[in-house]
Amino acid sequence: MKRHLTVAALAATTLASLALPAQAQDSVYVPLLTYRTGPFAGSGVHIANGMRDYLEMLNQRDGGIGGAKITIEECETGYDTKKGVECYESMKGKNPVVVNPYSTGITLQLIPKAAVDKIPVLSMAYGLSASADGGNFPWVFNPPATYWDGASVFVKHVAAVEGGLEKLKGKTLGLMHLDAPFGKEPIPVLEALAKKYGFTLKLYPVPAAQMQNQGSQWLAIRRDRVDWIYNQGWGAMNPTAVKEAVKAGFPIDKLVGVWWAGGDDDARAGEAAAKGYKTLNFHNTGNSFPVMQDILKHVFDKNLSQAKREQVGENLYNRGVYNSMLIAEAVRTAQKITGKKAVTGEDVRRGFEALNITDARLKEMGMEGFANSVKLACNDHNGHNKVFVSQWDGSKYVKASDWMDPMKEIVRPLIEQEAKDYVAKDAGWPKRTAPCEKGA
Amino acid sequence: MDILQSIFVTPFLDMAGAPDLLVQTLWEGLVSGVLYALIALGFVLIFKASGVFNFAQGIMVVFAALTLVGLHEKGVPAWLAVILTLGVMYLLALTVERFVLRPLVNQPDIILFMATFGLTYVLIGVGEFIFGGEPKQMIAEQLFIPRGAIDVKMLGGRVTFQKIDIAAAVIASVMIAALAAFFQYTRIGRALRAVADSHKAALSVGISLNQIWAIVWFAAGIVALITGIMWGARSEVSFGLDIIALKALPVLILGGFTSIPGAIVGGLIIGVGEKVAEFYWGPLVGGGIESWIAYVIALGFLMFRPQGLFGDKIIERI
Amino acid sequence: MFYREAGQFKKTYAADMAVFPILQDRIGIAVILIVAAVVIPLTGSTFFISSVMIPFLVFSLAAMGLNIVTGYTGLISLGTGAFMGVGAFACYKLTTIFPNVNIIIWILASGIFSAAIGAAFGLPSLRIKGFYLAVATLAAQFFLEWCFVRVPWLYNYSASGAIQVPQRTLFDVAITGANATPTTRYLVLLGIVVLMTWVASNILHGRIGRTFMAVRDMDIAAELMGIRLLPAKLMAFALSSFYCGVAGAVMMFLWYGGGEAADAFNIRQSFNILFMVIIGGLGSLIGCFLGAALLNIVPIILKFGFPAIGIAIGSETAEHLNHLLVGGLIIFFLIVEPHGLARLWQITKQKLRTWPFPY
Repeated sequence: MKRHLTVAALAATTLASLALPAQAQDSVYVPLLTYRTGPFAGSGVHIANGMRDYLEMLNQRDGGIGGAKITIEECETGYDTKKGVECYESMKGKNPVVVNPYSTGITLQLIPKAAVDKIPVLSMAYGLSASADGGNFPWVFNPPATYWDGASVFVKHVAAVEGGLEKLKGKTLGLMHLDAPFGKEPIPVLEALAKKYGFTLKLYPVPAAQMQNQGSQWLAIRRDRVDWIYNQGWGAMNPTAVKEAVKAGFPIDKLVGVWWAGGDDDARAGEAAAKGYKTLNFHNTGNSFPVMQDILKHVFDKNLSQAKREQVGENLYNRGVYNSMLIAEAVRTAQKITGKKAVTGEDVRRGFEALNITDARLKEMGMEGFANSVKLACNDHNGHNKVFVSQWDGSKYVKASDWMDPMKEIVRPLIEQEAKDYVAKDAGWPKRTAPCEKGA
Repeated sequence: MDILQSIFVTPFLDMAGAPDLLVQTLWEGLVSGVLYALIALGFVLIFKASGVFNFAQGIMVVFAALTLVGLHEKGVPAWLAVILTLGVMYLLALTVERFVLRPLVNQPDIILFMATFGLTYVLIGVGEFIFGGEPKQMIAEQLFIPRGAIDVKMLGGRVTFQKIDIAAAVIASVMIAALAAFFQYTRIGRALRAVADSHKAALSVGISLNQIWAIVWFAAGIVALITGIMWGARSEVSFGLDIIALKALPVLILGGFTSIPGAIVGGLIIGVGEKVAEFYWGPLVGGGIESWIAYVIALGFLMFRPQGLFGDKIIERI
Repeated sequence: MFYREAGQFKKTYAADMAVFPILQDRIGIAVILIVAAVVIPLTGSTFFISSVMIPFLVFSLAAMGLNIVTGYTGLISLGTGAFMGVGAFACYKLTTIFPNVNIIIWILASGIFSAAIGAAFGLPSLRIKGFYLAVATLAAQFFLEWCFVRVPWLYNYSASGAIQVPQRTLFDVAITGANATPTTRYLVLLGIVVLMTWVASNILHGRIGRTFMAVRDMDIAAELMGIRLLPAKLMAFALSSFYCGVAGAVMMFLWYGGGEAADAFNIRQSFNILFMVIIGGLGSLIGCFLGAALLNIVPIILKFGFPAIGIAIGSETAEHLNHLLVGGLIIFFLIVEPHGLARLWQITKQKLRTWPFPY
């Protein structure tokens, strides 16, 4: 026991020294929770590289955001909730301006903490769909679209291919999902849409331990004569799904993944037969955009990246870049609102609510054609922005549809209802106190 | 009544109604059964010779496959990578024998069992350290593993046989035959059987236990490499596999810890059993029962025949 | 020199059989309790309390649960994670159905549910043991894990399948939910752990504990001595699961605060706790604390400690090193000291007693 105390004391001193960061003048601290290890590392590595490289590029090219240098710090979560929360606890004393949990499990943990610690949570197109309701979740942001928006766009895409929403009647749509909160997110919206448009919805849960062993699910898909599959998968589940679809003889262009099921490696696993695999997306692939060229020039040429040069432009790398762009823009907006350089978490929360990335701004950033405009509002922390379907052409994803609006009229009431339920379940849930920005 | 019907009648009607799907389900079950059996085979080899219940077998599969792919990524040609991987597995066998088994001689079985837990973590650490944690593609093409499928029209439908699955089945059979021959006809094989019968008797006729242990761990390493190649080609090489590898435990319970044919038969029963259960009865409870049904089958089995189908009866004395 | 029992005379049998027969031990335990209850809450940083101390106490409790069945009774269980999960979900259901009853009562009561389920899955232990039993408990692990996801009633039909820990108070101070400060949660947890440890120590030193140990050392011999195996083994499973269940409930309510519950109680959690028990020492209560401390602190020092003192190791390298170290430690302890840290501690005490003139 005495020994344990010395260990504890030792740990206490190291941790105490850790809690006092050397805050340079005019810097913003952006912690990145990433996972380069564990069963989901295959997707996590690319996102982590993209996020880091964009911020690094801003530091190298512009000296940070609006004159404030970005202090980037990665913390390894291994996609494990416990480790993720540990990371959060270790960094929350250093005044982070925003936290990116990068896992649904960690996001769910941080949502209640955000309001208490006054650190905004950016769960970019993941996390809890209901947190798009800014009235009840003032500290959580999940732009540009929720899983529910994604599911509705999937249905829209099916309708577009089949020739109209009325053609959905009698069709069977399958949802193949990871058997965890992340995977189950789209179920309510798909159920509502099934009722409305008269298609049959079938669910194919894949337990996390069985991600690489999906034989039975694909047999069942064959038995049920499913017309379209929406894949809400992650990590090793996706390449296996593509492979199994090819094996089962399922028409690959009727397998549509959520945006997270769009790793280049996921499709590559299916080799030539995976050509035609579709995934939703909210940013483009490729490295021809000026912003990507800047990353190559300012980060790769100086050997500051952990990624390989050819990975720039891959879907998940670009996803990371997009994520960091949102952070940077929110910080910039916060700087504009408050007029100070070293903004705090509270300022950035306001920055997110006033976030308005216009086409002109995108062009300025060298992202014309890379992404679509994003606008958030006081009670709308998501924006329900447009997404599109991209398709694997054998070596990369290409844009295969126009930008499509989600069915906001169906998604939004569900979100408000769900947010109300969430808050009702917790008596101590803090009421929103922050006023809305003028003009937002 | 409806419940009874959906449990006892409808699934069988489904089977009769779409026999092609039944054949396909059985085939899928057999194929995953072969893979479970291969993992179980590694367990049995080690258990027979050293009495160690090697929990690390699953991770050895990943480790072997990862080494192979990792070496190839570093520019080593495929054939050389296979040879080098075999070398690594041999080195691993020697290391395990020297640093884990030898110091633990004469400890209770359960201590050795737990030591293999430690080994599992060490292997995960080493594997990730050297080759990185992200999943990798198996170099199926370079190893001449056939791809594509054979569609057979039968029973009013279509049944697809993947060539790689057929290859896996063939390779597994060849390996089992080779192992049987090895045990039956070679000097080392006979020594192995002697050790399996009695450590002390084997020692007294001059068989080196340490040497034998290194050999069986190497043999298990070879089995692991082959399993890793087959599994990796079906899905991908990642550490997520170690949980699936736990399925080899119910297989062992069914087949008995000491029987090679037991491992095979047990693997096939578990593989077919869980696929059929998931496919026909899974939807009743929302699916996903595949993750536990194998254990429940094994548990039920344990109640009636604790030593397994082919295992030796356990006799305990005070 | 200071740690000596000379002059301390035991006049009764009870005094001789006391858990802490030596005065210095009693002083030591009092000092530890004061440090834990007063010094740490007053001086520890939030990070230290919420990421080191709280997980440490939760895991100590879970390790205690596993140690009862594995260390004291000799039955290997790989289902610890699932039994913890039963406790967490039971507590969640209870507090949402009866919100007015104090949460601490529900935390303790949730152990009863997991005890019942643990006993049910312990039934096969009468016929099988060793590795076979390990597989039987794996069945419990995977089956229960599946239930946590598949039975929507358990998580109150929430769309995402995650559970939300509501705010509950004790004397008008929030002890669960986001508004509870780490220090409050830590103190409540500490109270529960101290109470449960005291109870466990009494049970294990008494008739029941001796029964367990007799079964562990040789069950057939124990049977011949008149110990009824079925009740003894089931009791071990029930008691163990009770502790695990409470550990799960405090893990969800006082540490995690809700979220993806099914994922928190997966098979890796079971392994993790088994490792704590092995490293800490099978069949030792103090070992549970030592094992939990070591396995909890090693990764944190690797991840946060080294960068803090200026040794830069990549975050993923730290993760890999952690695997290596834990695995290596397990093998090392099994070879060098199969009875784990607890035995080392005993040896140290023995050495201290005779220091500086060992005989």
